[in-house]
Amino acid sequence: MRLLGLGIFALIIAVLPILFPENYYITVVGVTMFFNVILAVGLNLFMGYAGQISLGHAAFFGLGAYASAILTTKFGWNPWAAMGAGIILVWLISYLVAKPILRLKGHYLAMATLGFGIIIHIFLVQYDTLTGGPDGLSSIPELSIFGWPINTDLRWYAVSAVVMLLSILFSLNIVASKHGRALKAVHGSEVAAEMMGIDTSKVKVHIFVISAIMASITGSLFAHEQAFVSPDSCSFFFSIELVTMVVLGGMASTFGAVFGAAILTYLPEFLVVFQDFKVLIFGGILMFIMIFLPEGLFVGLCKFVSHFKQGGRQCLPS
Amino acid sequence: MSSLLVVSGLEKAYGGVKAVNNVTFEVKERTIFSVIGPNGAGKTTLFNLLTGIDKPNSGSILFKGKELVGLPPFKIASQGISRTFQNLQIFFNMSVIENVMVGCHRLGKTSMISAIFRLPSTLKEEKFMETKAKEALKFCGMEGLQDKMADSLPYGQLKKLEIARALASEPELVLLDEPAAGLNDTETVELSNLIKKIVENGITVLLVEHNMGLVMDISDDVMVLNYGQLLAKGPPSQIQKDPKVIAAYLGEE
Repeated sequence: MRLLGLGIFALIIAVLPILFPENYYITVVGVTMFFNVILAVGLNLFMGYAGQISLGHAAFFGLGAYASAILTTKFGWNPWAAMGAGIILVWLISYLVAKPILRLKGHYLAMATLGFGIIIHIFLVQYDTLTGGPDGLSSIPELSIFGWPINTDLRWYAVSAVVMLLSILFSLNIVASKHGRALKAVHGSEVAAEMMGIDTSKVKVHIFVISAIMASITGSLFAHEQAFVSPDSCSFFFSIELVTMVVLGGMASTFGAVFGAAILTYLPEFLVVFQDFKVLIFGGILMFIMIFLPEGLFVGLCKFVSHFKQGGRQCLPS
Repeated sequence: MSSLLVVSGLEKAYGGVKAVNNVTFEVKERTIFSVIGPNGAGKTTLFNLLTGIDKPNSGSILFKGKELVGLPPFKIASQGISRTFQNLQIFFNMSVIENVMVGCHRLGKTSMISAIFRLPSTLKEEKFMETKAKEALKFCGMEGLQDKMADSLPYGQLKKLEIARALASEPELVLLDEPAAGLNDTETVELSNLIKKIVENGITVLLVEHNMGLVMDISDDVMVLNYGQLLAKGPPSQIQKDPKVIAAYLGEE
């Protein structure tokens, strides 16, 4: 019952490419959406559930992507080993960063994470002997699983879908455990959480590191899928976009994050027909959603539906 | 009967104001020990010192012979001390049973890895915590409310929810900070019975309360604070006759 939503979602994802194997919006944009979902689901654990904020999450995505790109192109590493190195690097960096900055709250935490994101971005732009500077790095080798190269859109679709479904499953699992309740408790009342024996600073650091690692893995996959990385793909604006995905779908809801990521991936694609007005309409839609469904699209709609159901029941004669 | 909690020479100053000034007392096991005093007497500060939310300037707090001063709140909680709050600290983003299950947090031993893969150990622990939380809710007379969101409960129920959450952590000492504040007469009688039941279950209760009827009715010992200083200490009958206490509450002639 708990995993019903995930099952339905998995089914839809499995059926779509069979029905439309050549559709650009499914096999190409789909992969981008899956990557965004992983990032949003990870960030949602930190923002939605634990009630913190990170405006620098794209930095971990970038670090993962660049670790893979640099180690495979410049040092000839095996892509999987490079991805592993990226994970360890991000693990260390996120842990070291989290320790001091997660003492901060609200706007201060937002500022600190923002600063961190910008520092990483500047580093990637400036340290051009290693990172290729603003031009980025290209001809990143393809990824293969036991000699099965992931070299077509459909294969990437399958691989990224599996990783995404796993990330959703893990997120749902965390939420439905004492660790998930600890996250929500930190959000609800930090002092009460402490009094219930929860080491709140440790909880915050842990979940920050976990969501950073999820971002790093996504970054590595992205680097191999695109065969190209540049600082643009992990800029401040991407961090903001990730935050928007989480807020738009609905905080503290794993499927809310999925929903938010899906909308933010597809909406710009469909608005291309409006050409110059694209950004304007995009912003308008986001504003409209946040004004009329401030709890987020997914959470808001869920509440609306359950409210409607309850209302219907109350109308029945008792 | 041995002393569960031994507090000696406890002091806390905020700038020049001594909120708690050289307070010494002992709480015996399985008793109800009440702290009373006019507003601003330092009662809540005392609770915050005992639970590690504030650090005292000097003094010692021994719980089962172990020093608590200097420990962070979560470590003090894991020694077996739990509390409720004067201004509610409910997790409004969770359901009633989840709130109580957070109380069980310290009883859980499983790791994050186990949670991510939902290993059998996590499943077992979830079952255990759910049972435990249901027991605590039943104990507080809140069965049937478990699946409601906490923010949909009325004030009186939220007060009880805090107690249920505190009890779910299997504490040896529970600190109740003004549990009767804002309750009507019926609810106060219910509360009084609940506190008696808690002590019957072998838990020691430290109570801060303004409702004198309740305090005098259920306490084994009463301590009176005034301007952070210990004014009197003893059984309720003795406190009620103490001229210093009467003067502090009613003013001197």
